[in-house]
Parts: sequence; structure tokens; C-alpha cells
Amino acid sequence: MSTPSSTPVNKEPYQQAYYPPKPTGITRFLRTCVLWQLVRFVVINVKMIKLMSKSHTDSQR
Amino acid sequence: MSRIVILGAGISGHTVARYLNQWVGKQHEIVVVSPNARWNWIPSNIWVGVGQMTEEQVTFDLAEVYKKTSIDFRQAKGVSIHPEGDASDPRPFVTVEYTLPAKAGQQERIAYDYLVNATGPKLNFGATEGLGPDHGHTVSVCTATHALEANHQLQQQIDAMKRGERRTFVIGTGHGTCTCQGAAFEYIYNVDHVLREAGVRDQARIVWISNEYELGDFGMGGVHIERGGYITNGKTFAESLMVERDIEWIVRAHVKKVEAGKIHYETLDGSFHELPFDFSMLIPPFAGVGLKAYDRAGEDITAKVFAPSGFMKVDADYTARPYAQWSADDWPRTYQSPVYRNLFAVGIAFAPPHLISKPMQSANGTPINPAPPRTGMPSAAMAIAVAKSLRDMLAGAEQPTHQASMARMGAACVASTGSHLLRGTAATMTVFPVVPDYRTYPEYGRDLNLTFGEIGLAGHWMKSLLHYTFIYQAKMKPGWQLLPD
Repeated sequence: MSTPSSTPVNKEPYQQAYYPPKPTGITRFLRTCVLWQLVRFVVINVKMIKLMSKSHTDSQR
Repeated sequence: MSRIVILGAGISGHTVARYLNQWVGKQHEIVVVSPNARWNWIPSNIWVGVGQMTEEQVTFDLAEVYKKTSIDFRQAKGVSIHPEGDASDPRPFVTVEYTLPAKAGQQERIAYDYLVNATGPKLNFGATEGLGPDHGHTVSVCTATHALEANHQLQQQIDAMKRGERRTFVIGTGHGTCTCQGAAFEYIYNVDHVLREAGVRDQARIVWISNEYELGDFGMGGVHIERGGYITNGKTFAESLMVERDIEWIVRAHVKKVEAGKIHYETLDGSFHELPFDFSMLIPPFAGVGLKAYDRAGEDITAKVFAPSGFMKVDADYTARPYAQWSADDWPRTYQSPVYRNLFAVGIAFAPPHLISKPMQSANGTPINPAPPRTGMPSAAMAIAVAKSLRDMLAGAEQPTHQASMARMGAACVASTGSHLLRGTAATMTVFPVVPDYRTYPEYGRDLNLTFGEIGLAGHWMKSLLHYTFIYQAKMKPGWQLLPD
């Protein structure tokens, strides 16, 4: 029988932090993986350029 | 030769000045009036506010840059606009008051053929008792000087925690009608980051407080993005970031009063609360800078030219309508005054037709809803459109030739933490268009191919790249015209 000090405490449910998704280990790894992030950097740049070009295209009457 | 006067040299005013100087600087006179001697890349103030950058890295001397051009720079603030001139001279003019130390307090009349109001906001700390670094109990990152003070106080808290004390940090918006939640959002993650780097995070309680209905609203009514096989709301994304960093949040809140160490706030359900704090950075609400307008007879026509908020009326549809009847078409396209054809307002200085987020009031009748964001990328896009229109009108066009509606342009927000290239991280969010257009995008009001969000090192690199690129461009160094705005 375990002692009271080693008894696991149930995590309190129904609190603010209980519902939102938390990243898994692989997600956290990919966020800082330089090779994968180099790919994402290119993707983000392409998306930003598309966003900017679309924003400016409409400026010509 | 015509004279174009630009009031304000922030992101939008300086952008108009750069392009007009390039296109018509040799044929026409361009005068820039700004009360600030230094240009400030405001997004990077966040890093100054946590001690990761210096004031010099985010500002530069405007007079030195304009000296290389044909732009005539006056360090002064606009006081009044006289679009019909006065009894002695029918030529329109502005009255300015110098802030340059050598001429401080002197007033001058500057005649214009075209006027661009790019005065930005008045940081209205006075709207909430006890708010702000000058007369209150909270800090700010709205200017580089404010950010320096914020970092000074932050470091004191870190020192106390290193001695074993516990501290509560409250970051967010200081009034029910604030905008610019993005800046506070980025700041809270940077504070969390520096506390972790200092090894004291476990002694800190960090709380977000804002006037958003839900996290991730950002004054744009929130966004939907495709993620993990679902189309999900930005609320999920924002809450996940908070939970991951053990940050609590309070939304639907109007800060009523700040005392030393205690924030009093009201929530949408009409209840009143108190929140103790040791360090608090709360964004103030924005108002117009208080420019007055007079007709030729000297009668006050401020109410004709400006909205009650102090922002200038432009070609928007200001007809009051219920939320369900708001339309993308309500938003201005050319930023020309409906009263005077040679008067324009860009950036924060123009009066939006209404909110983007749904208007909400507490049970006590207190408005608790974010104001529309109109900084950064949208500011530059509307500034370029106005500069192009002015170029064409100077060449003979009767009306503005270019338009840049916020209902047809996108915006990007990169909330980055840390300054180390490999240890930083960032949440990158883009939205297109800023103002939802349910006619073009019936389901969510936005193009989901261009509205996205992700977290990672790549966004951090993006933010660093933007910092150096935009400061290089703003300094008008060789090839600046080739860089995107």
C-alpha cells in the first residue's frame, strides 16, 4: 500500500486549462526541427507573398 | 509645383512620403510633419519591452533619412486644418506647433494643395483611471520609451523572484474598447519566455485579460483556419498557446480602474472583479489626436471632417446599421475625405465605419468589444494606394485612381518570442481579408487558403527578417523600392 505522500492526485477537471488541445511530443519536436522549419519557412514566405500580392492587386481601379 | 503635406511619419505617413518622393519628389514639394524626431518600428518594441533589443535597434533619426531626399521634414505636431484657407488667403493650410527643442511651442501655418492625415492614435490612457506609465500603475509597449520602462520594471520583478519571491503578471487590454490585442498577445509570450530563461517561471502567475469575447478575436471577430483535418476557430489555437505555457486568461473584460497592485474590471455578465498584480502591461484605447478643423470664416467644422472619436471621416459608409446588415462595402477604398477632395487619411487616423467584431454591452450597458485593427500591413497598403492616387491627381486625374479596402486586403501577425535564432519560436497568423466578406466567402467570410496559423521556428525567422527588412526599407537605403511593403 502506498503512503499518502506518493498517492497520485487526480487532475482537477472542468477547469479552464482542461479543454484546449496541447501539442504532442512530435508536434513540439517539429516546431523546433531546423530541417522541417526550413521547409515551413519557404511555405510561409510563399503564402505571405500570395497574401501581399492579392492585397495589392485590388488597388488598381 | 504643388505642395503635399503629410501629418505623421509612422508606418503609413512615412510610406506615403517615401513613394511620393520617388515618384514626384523632383516636380512637387513634399512636407512631412511629425512630433517625433525618430521613426519607430513598433512591432519590435515588444523585444525592447523584455530587454532583448535596445531602443536604437528599433528607431532611427527621421531628419537624417529625409536629408538624403527632397522631403522637407518639420518636427512639429498638427494643431488644426483649414481646408478652405481663411479670410486673408483662400489656399488651404494646416497649423502646426513645433516640438523640435530649438523651436518648441512656436506655431506655423503651412499651406497645402493636398493633405494626408497619418497622425496615428492618441494613446488614451486617461480613459481608464490609473492606466499607463506616466500617471498610472501599468506599463506599456506602445512606444520605444514606454517599452524601455516596461523592461526596467520587468527586470526588477525577475530580481525579486530570484530572491525567492512570487509575482503576478497581468497583460492585455486596459479598456473595453481597445484594439491591438496582438501586441499584448506577443508581449505575454515574451514575458513568459524571459521568465523561463531566467529560471523563475515557476514563481510567476501570468494572467491574460482582454476585451475579446473569446481568445483569438483580435478585433476581427476571430478567424477560422484549416488544421488537423478540421476547420477550426482561432480561439482553439490561442487557448492552446495559453495552456501550453500555463497562462490563465480572462476575456469579455473592461478594465475600469487600476490602483497600485490591483486591477478593477467588469465583465460582460455585469459582474465586477478585482485582480491583484505586481507587474501589468495593458494596452490603452486609441483616440484621434485631437486635430481641429475650421472653415474660411473661422467656424469650427471639426464635426464635419472628423468622427466623434477624433478619427477622420473618409469614403466609408457611416450609416448606422445593425451587425447583421454590415457589409464589406461599408469600408473605405480611397481614403479621401467626402468633404474635401484634396484631403486624405490613412492608417489609424481614418474613422472605421463600424467595428469588425460584433458589438457587445455588459448588463450595465458598458461596451466591451475590441475596436478594428488597422496597423501594420493594412496601413502600408492603404498608404501606397493613396500615394498612387496623389501621383495621378497631381498629373491631372480628377479623382483618386487607386483603392485599398480592408475588406479586400490581408494582414499578417507574427508573435515571436526570444531573439536567439534557434531557441525562439513564433505563432504566425495571416488573415484574408481583414474585414470578413460574406458575399465572396459565404461560409466564414474569409479565404481559407490565405488565412492560416502555425507555430514554430520558421515564424520566428520570419519576424526577424521582417524587422531588418522593414527598417532597411524605411531608412530608404539602396533598392528599398524592390522590397515588399
